[in-house]
Order: sequence, then C-alpha cells, then structure tokens
Amino acid sequence: MSSVRYAVRHETLYRYSRGVAHSHQQLHLTPRDSERQRCLEHAVSITPQPSMRAEYTDAFGNRVTRVEIDRPHDCLSVVADMQVSLAPRPGIDPRQGESWERVRDRLCYAACARDAAWLEALRFRSESPYVRVKRVFGEFARDCLTPGASVLAGAEALMAKMHREFTYAPGATEIATPLLEVFGKRSGVCQDFAHLMIASLRSVGLAARYVSGYLRTQAPADAARAPAPATSPLQGADASHAWVAVFAPPFGWVQLDPTNNVCVDQDHVALAWGRDFGDVSPLRGVILGGGAHTLGVRVAVQRLEPAGGDA
Amino acid sequence: MADPNQFLYAGSLQRYDELLERDGSMRAHWRPLIEQLSNGGAEAVRRCVEMTRRLIIENGVTYNVYADPQGRDRPWQLDPLPLLIEGREWREIEAGVRQRAQLLNALLADLYGPQRLIVEGLVPAELAFGHPNFLWAAHGIRPPGDTWLQLYAADLARAPDGRWWVLGDRTQTPSGLGYALEDRAIIARVLPGPVSELAVRALAGFFHTLRESLTRLDDAGGPPLAVVLTPGPFNETYFEHAYLARHMGLPLVQGQDLTVRDDTVYLKTLSGLRRVRAIFRRLDDDYCDPLELRADSALGVPGLLGAVRAGRVALANALGSGVLESAAWLGFLPGAAGALLGESLRLPSVATWWCGERPALDYALANLDRLVVKPVFPNQRFEARFGRDLDCAQRAELHARLRGRPYAYVAQERISLSQAPCWGAGAHVRLTPRTLTMRVYAVAGANGYEVMPGGLARIAAEGVVDIVSSQRGGGSKDVWVLAESPASSARPSPASVTAGAAASAAGAGTAGAVGADSQLTSRDTRVDELPSQLVESLYWLGRYSERCEDKARLLRASLATRTQASTWRMARGQCVHYGVLAADGDALETLYDDAEEFGLAADLGRLGWCATQSRSRLSAEHWRSISVMQRHFHEAGASLADPLETLDRLLVSLTALCGFALDDMTQDDGWRLLMLGRRLERTQFLAGLLAARLSSGAPPDQGELEWLLDVGAVSITYRTRHLSTPRLAPVLQLLIFDESSPRALAFQWGAIRQTLAELAQSLGAGPDEQLEEPVARLTALGTAALEEEGEQGAARRQSVAAALAALSAAAGRLCDRLAMRHFSLVDLDLHTVAT
Repeated sequence: MSSVRYAVRHETLYRYSRGVAHSHQQLHLTPRDSERQRCLEHAVSITPQPSMRAEYTDAFGNRVTRVEIDRPHDCLSVVADMQVSLAPRPGIDPRQGESWERVRDRLCYAACARDAAWLEALRFRSESPYVRVKRVFGEFARDCLTPGASVLAGAEALMAKMHREFTYAPGATEIATPLLEVFGKRSGVCQDFAHLMIASLRSVGLAARYVSGYLRTQAPADAARAPAPATSPLQGADASHAWVAVFAPPFGWVQLDPTNNVCVDQDHVALAWGRDFGDVSPLRGVILGGGAHTLGVRVAVQRLEPAGGDA
Repeated sequence: MADPNQFLYAGSLQRYDELLERDGSMRAHWRPLIEQLSNGGAEAVRRCVEMTRRLIIENGVTYNVYADPQGRDRPWQLDPLPLLIEGREWREIEAGVRQRAQLLNALLADLYGPQRLIVEGLVPAELAFGHPNFLWAAHGIRPPGDTWLQLYAADLARAPDGRWWVLGDRTQTPSGLGYALEDRAIIARVLPGPVSELAVRALAGFFHTLRESLTRLDDAGGPPLAVVLTPGPFNETYFEHAYLARHMGLPLVQGQDLTVRDDTVYLKTLSGLRRVRAIFRRLDDDYCDPLELRADSALGVPGLLGAVRAGRVALANALGSGVLESAAWLGFLPGAAGALLGESLRLPSVATWWCGERPALDYALANLDRLVVKPVFPNQRFEARFGRDLDCAQRAELHARLRGRPYAYVAQERISLSQAPCWGAGAHVRLTPRTLTMRVYAVAGANGYEVMPGGLARIAAEGVVDIVSSQRGGGSKDVWVLAESPASSARPSPASVTAGAAASAAGAGTAGAVGADSQLTSRDTRVDELPSQLVESLYWLGRYSERCEDKARLLRASLATRTQASTWRMARGQCVHYGVLAADGDALETLYDDAEEFGLAADLGRLGWCATQSRSRLSAEHWRSISVMQRHFHEAGASLADPLETLDRLLVSLTALCGFALDDMTQDDGWRLLMLGRRLERTQFLAGLLAARLSSGAPPDQGELEWLLDVGAVSITYRTRHLSTPRLAPVLQLLIFDESSPRALAFQWGAIRQTLAELAQSLGAGPDEQLEEPVARLTALGTAALEEEGEQGAARRQSVAAALAALSAAAGRLCDRLAMRHFSLVDLDLHTVAT
C-alpha cells in the first residue's frame, strides 16, 4: 500500500436578496497535517476581494482564515483548492487495545499528573455546545461496550449499530436540530451521525472528536486495486463530510465514519477537528444586512495519478 | 429623651449576631450609631425609613426580575440601618479578598495558557472543559498586564463562630457595584451625621481606580476611549449599567453600537467611527461575539474576539473568566493557592465536596442531611436542594442523579448565616433580625488588587433564612467600614465620604455634583462620543415628549368644549384622528388604555422606553421627573381619575421635561437631535391640525378659534395682545408667523434651520429644501383676506391650508430622512450563517 494523492475543490456561493453592508467570515478550509496526512498545496480565493484577511491557529491546532468584507456586496464566493497525500492506515488489531472501562476510569480526575496525550483526550470528553452528555446517549452505546471490550472494538460496534438503525436522509435535519430530536427520528446527515456517536461515547465517559473534511465517492481510476462497490456508493458526496475520532489507547486517535460504517483509511481528507461542528464549521460568518440568501456548495474530490516516486 | 433600648431586639442564639454579643449586650462599635438613633426617637426612625423608600423610587433604583408580573422594573430594597464592620476586622477581609482575586487571576492565566494545574492533577479537567464559560476560542490569548480579572467580587458569610467564609466567587461580570454606590448615596442623605461622625470609609477612591484601570488598558497613544457594554434594558441589572456608565463618565453602549473593522473595535457615533480601547462588559462570556461564540447571540459584537486576539482592545473582565463561577472550584483553591502563589488561603471557603471524586461522592451520599446539593455548571437545570428537606422518593432520585453524573454536582455544608437588625416597614418601627451575606469587590489597580472599603450586604427576605437572593425578594444594606483610629479618619480623602456620596446621590450633571463625581467625569470625557443608537433614542425622546404634550393639549382643549355642540363635534373629530379618543368610546376609557395604538397612554409608554434607552445621558432629576410622571399617570389610570385633572397634571410634567431639555443637558449633537425631534414633531402636528381645519368650508367660528389657541398653548398670549374676541387672521398670525412665540410654526422652522446648520458643521447635513418650499409659500400668502366671506376667502384659506399640509408632510419626510442619514448603521439586522 502506498500514499494516495487528491485534489479537492470546495466551492461555496452565497447569493443575498439585499445588499450585505459588512461581513465577517471565519474559514476552516486548510487541510491540517496529521500522522497520515500531508497538505501539499492549498489556496482559498474569495470574491469580492476582502478588506482584511488573516490567519491563525486555533486552540485545537487548526489553521483558520479570517476574512472581512467592508464594501456592499450581494454575493460571496469562496473557492478552496487543495492537494493532500494520504498514507494508508496502519494495521491494528482492535482486540489489543485498552479496555473501555479502564480508559473511562483513567479519564476521570484522580489527583495525579497526566501526560500530554491524556490532557489532549480530556479536552474532548466533556459536553460541548452541539453535543450534550445525556443518559439516553450512553444507554444507546451500552450493548456495544461489552465488559472488557477495547475502546476501539466498542466504538466499531457502535458505528455498526448506528449504521443499522439510522437512515441517511439529506434535508431531514439542519445543524440547529437538537441531538435528542435526531435520536428520536433515527435519521439525519453526516453531522448528526458524527454528533450522536460522539455524544454516546462521551456519555459513557470516553473521549471523541468531531472531524470535518471530504470523502472520495468516485471509484478510483485504478479501480482494479480498490473497487468501489457500485451498489452502495459512499454517502456524503458533493458536500463537506464529517466523521469521528475516538481516543483509543494505545493506538491514539482512531477515525471512524458512522455515516458509512467504515474505518477511515485513504478515502477521507481531513480539514480540521474540534469538539463538535461549532469549532470547525468550514465557513461561518456574520453579515450585516443581506435579507434572505441562497447557498450553493459544490465539492469535487479527484484522485491524482501517483507522481513518480511517491511513497 | 427616648429609651435607648427601644430598638433592641432578640435574634436567634444559633447565629452570630452582628449587633449583639453572646451575652445580649451591644457590640461596642455599634453603640454610637444606635444611641444617636435612639435619641431621635421613633419618629426620626420612621422618617429615615420613609426617606429611604422615597429616594429609591425617585432615583429609579430598580432591579428587573424577568418573570415579575408587576412589570419590568421593581424597586430595589434598601434597609436604612447599615451593617457596621470594625476597621481591624476589615483588614482581614481586605487581605483575604485581595489574595483571592490574585489567585483566581493566576488560575485563569493557567487555564487559558499552559493548563499546568490540570496536567499536574491539582484541579480536575472536568471543571474547566465541561464549563460552558470555558471558551476554547479564548485559549492562548494573553490580556494586557496579564489581567484576566479587572473586577472581582466575593460573596462572604459569617459563621456562628464569627469568622467570615467565602460562599462564592463572581469573576465574569460581578454585579451589585452600582447598587452599593447608590445605597451609600442614599444612606448618606438619610443619616448624614453618623456617616461623618463615625468616619465611615469612602467608596469614591475605588471608583477612581476602576475607571483608571479601564482607561489604563489602553495600549498608549491617543486619548483612550472605554465604553460600558450592556445587554440592554431587559437585563436585570440595567439600572446599574446605566448608573456606572454615568458615574464613570463612559458611554453606555449595546452590541450594535460597536463594530469591528480590521481587528479594531469602533464605536458608531454621530460623527463617525471612534476607536474603542477598552470595554467594561456587562455581557456574559459566550454572548460577546456571534462569529466565534454563541451564533444565536444578537447582543454581541461580531469579530470582537479577533480584535482581542490581535491585542487591539481590552475587555474587563477577559472573555472566558466566567469559567471560575462554580462552587466546585472551592475545594481545589487551597491546592491552587499553594501551587500558584506559594501561599495558603487567608479566607476559607465554605466546605464543598465535588462529587466527581469517589470519596467525595460517598461522603455526600452518606451525609445528605447536613448538605446542600448544587449544580456544578450554570447551564444545568437543577435547583439547589437541601438534603434534610427531601422525602424518600426525592432522596432516591437525587442519589441516582449523583451516581449518574457525579462530576456535575457538588455538596456543600450548610452555613448558618449571621443576622443583623433591620427596620421593618410599616407603622410600627421595630428592629427584626434578618440573615445576610456580604458582597465585597476588588479591582486591579496599578499596584495590585484594591478592595473597596465597603460592599453590598444582601439580606434574606422576611421569614427566609440561609438563602439570600435579590430574585427572591431579599433586600440590601449599606456596609460601613469604620476607620481604625480617629487619626486615620481625619485624613481628608480625595473626595470625602459625605461629599462623594451626596454627589453621587444627586447624580452626575446636577448642581449638587461636586467632589467625586466631577472628578470622575470632567477629566477626559469627550462630548463627541455619542453612540448613534443613543442619539436615536434621544431624538425619539424629543419626538415623543412633544407628541405627548401636543396630544394632551389637544384632548384637554377639546374636552373643555364639550358644552358647545358645534365646536365639540369638530374637536372630537380631530381627537379621533390623532388617536386620543376612540370613535365610539368615552374619554375616560381611551385615555388610560395603552392598547390604543396611537393613544396617549401608549405614547407615554414609548416616551418612557426612549428615556430608559437614553438614561445614561439624563440627569437624575430629569429621569426622576419622567418616572414620577409615569407613576402618577398609572395611578390616575388605576383609580380612573377625572381626565381633565389628569391632563392638567400631565401637562405640568411634560412642560417640565421641556425645561430639562433646555436647561439641564449638555448642548451637543445628541441634544440637537433631541430638540430637532421636538421641533419637527411640533411642526408636523400643528401644521397638520391647522390645515385640516382651514381646508374645510366655513371659516372657524369664535369657539373654534378659542379651541385652536388652547391647543396651540397661546390663549394667554393672544389675550394679552388682543383685547377683543379672537379673529382668524390674528389667531393664525400668532400660531403660524410669530417668531417670538416658541409655540408658533415660524419659531419651529427657524429653530430647525439653525439646528440643521449646526449639525452641518459636524455631520454635513445641509438645509432642507423640501421644508423651505412650503415655508416660502406660507410667508408669501400671509394672513391677508383670510376672513373674507364667500369664494375669495374660501380660496385663500384653501391655499394656506395646502401650504400647511405641505409643511406638515415635509416635516414628516425630514424625520424619515434624518433617521436614514444618522441611524442607518443601527437599523440593519445581523445574521449568522454557517455551512
């Protein structure tokens, strides 16, 4: 197995019914580097020309672009282009991981010192604005977390359960839909699936992150090696995607996609991660004026031919 | 000579009594005050109680309770008898509160920085990361001077053994400071003798430091502009926001008054954008910036965090400081004090067990009877529960809760609060014991934290013990810190106690404002920093004041004609047209019915609202006269008082408002727009009324002319000039063309012209051509031949009527254009959008 390379183009177009007098936008559109992912190139172009544009790294290590437009405008276009390479997921045996009970207990306060990895995990264990910690969410995960099961084995079982019991239904929910409602309806989109899985894990005392990014849904050109099942294309196409990373020592953070019931390997390009959607929404803004608006989003993920000696 | 024991009382022996020793004798430091009060006898005490109550109502000291069926504002409760603290004892409290402010600031620095205490296991990660006020977006930001806490407050209680304990910490937007200051101001007027004789320590110095600490936050260069950011009049402590802003001479602004451009915060003022260097916020952490924090907050300032991160503006307190507002921290503070300060805590906290630790949970479950269980996080829907009050089922339910999410609960020892004597209201003056807590404040000064020598004592509602809450109808007391020795008390402070307090009682900008107030406000207040929203409120205040006056005069003059059938028919029609009479109802019902959209009662409500919005710019008397007027009107409505009598009183008050506007306000651009609002309103009304009458058929008869003079408030002027009965031409001459009569239209358009010219210098607003055209037409027409019978006279009157109608319409259009020109920045809606 070798690295694969992708070119991603993410276009967002807002059209406003009335002029926008002033606009602040915050973009999480720079793919972040991680153990398996390298960002090779990226560029974001914005129309109209922003009056101010700056970057910084947020508390979770994501690159954030801040933009201000101070002239009246009636549409806003943001086009992000990026190229990333992804190394394959190392083979791990879920059964070798630490048991979920042990990890849960170690994530509780015990008046003793911790290392950096555990401090990082603690940041993703509490309730956050979009992810309430509730008994019902914990109970949903209970039969997946058999006594002594490793965190990863339990999380994979939870992911499978969600995939079985929930329907992927674009348009059924919006980002403001409370998680309890999604839970009751048993349907939603990738954000809901990710939030619910995170809520279930946190409600039993484990740590989980929300990962925002893209999914390759097209069969690769060299289909011979990795044929995509034509009958069940991966869901989440033509838009940004979201999934989950669970803290599963000793493997560290392992990414799982509950919308598609797959362990994240080389089909997912990560942009940013945080406690929930609110920390990493690709484009978030406050505008003055504008009236009603329409939104168009297009995402294209294209696999690039291996470039020479790419490992 | 009165009996010195007449006020004495007996409290519970289980509690510490602030007044009495255990053996029932009076504590020495109370003796001079009690003896002096006794000498005055019961009558003097009754006067004190009454005066206190009156001053509170008239100064408009309110505490808003959201769900209060009585309406938005409820008067603040103040007991005239202060809480006395000896100087020696105060030194301990002061040192303890100062240390605690230092400690909590250092703890914030760690939580928003390296998080060393969490790594080392000294504080639980759950408390920080699970707290809704822990803002990850603020992580890594270092405020100027590493000061997260600019203002801090500790709630203290005294245990039966006489020691003071900390019940809780206020680190986000500590409230009550304005009330403490106002309490002192009122008590200094009620008990002026004792305040100076007992050498009560002054509060003024603390407010100097607070103001300086805000303007010091400036990063140098240029005169610093600091503002007070309020969530608005619906907030329960809005009174205090307006009061503090006025007292410190800082603009009071709401979120939409500020804008962030290029990582810099600006105040939208009438004359453009002004850079803001420091914000004293009264807005909760997560509401401050809809771009990065709560997206549904309409109260915040988009981009504020970016400006903070860039170091271009300082917030007091720093964003995210609310994370320390949780009882769960109390048990970890001794350890944190050791690690961060290398000290042990001088003031103990009330014993608290955070159930997130297994042994603490076990202890809590085993000892529920002696404990109170409280939520850890402010967003939990869980009211504190006293273990001993629970029945079996409730106890089981609580057990299940604690076991399910132990980290979300704390158990606290119940503390027996101390009691102090309070004067009960009512005919019979006697002292009754009430339990109390005391809020003490610290501000970050140039040389570390400075503690206010005084505070806000909050007393439990009658019959309630051990729960003190303003929302549950408790009251307050002034706290007197007594000087330790006569020598130190004799030292003149920058503004001596009584002068400073009395001045603030009178409010800024009044004749009595000397000492503290003038020092605070005069130094570097700049008149050009008027938030455009405030200016808009002033403009509307002007319009509604005039509108109410016009309508009240119209109705009163009309009701006076009821005995003359023909005049009454016409007058009644006008009253219906202007909304002061219903087409079919009677005067009594319509007058007091605020559901009548254009009725007088509704307009008075709007006037009150505009006054509330612009309160930080009105003098105490100005404000008081508006609130007294409202109160009288409501009382009249409740008792269905005679309309003519009510209107008489109302007109006296409304005329006084005009006087305040003329004589009691700084004549800056805000004032100019207020006056412009009045003039335009008057023009629109009077020109419209005259036009309506002149356009129809026969010339007005004598009764109608008298009615017109009365509505126009010029009956007396007319009579002194013309001995004869009213005639149309001289009446119109007086109502329209007389430039020397402040009621005449010519006076209005002259004033409008002049005000527009003055505003032009700062705003670029020119003369208004649409207004000039009908003015020129009217002037050309004059009053000639108006009284003639027949076609020619009728045509002449029609021409004048048309010109007047055009004038009225032009005034209305100018109003609209002014709103567009000056207030457009305020009008647009903010939307938060995310993909």
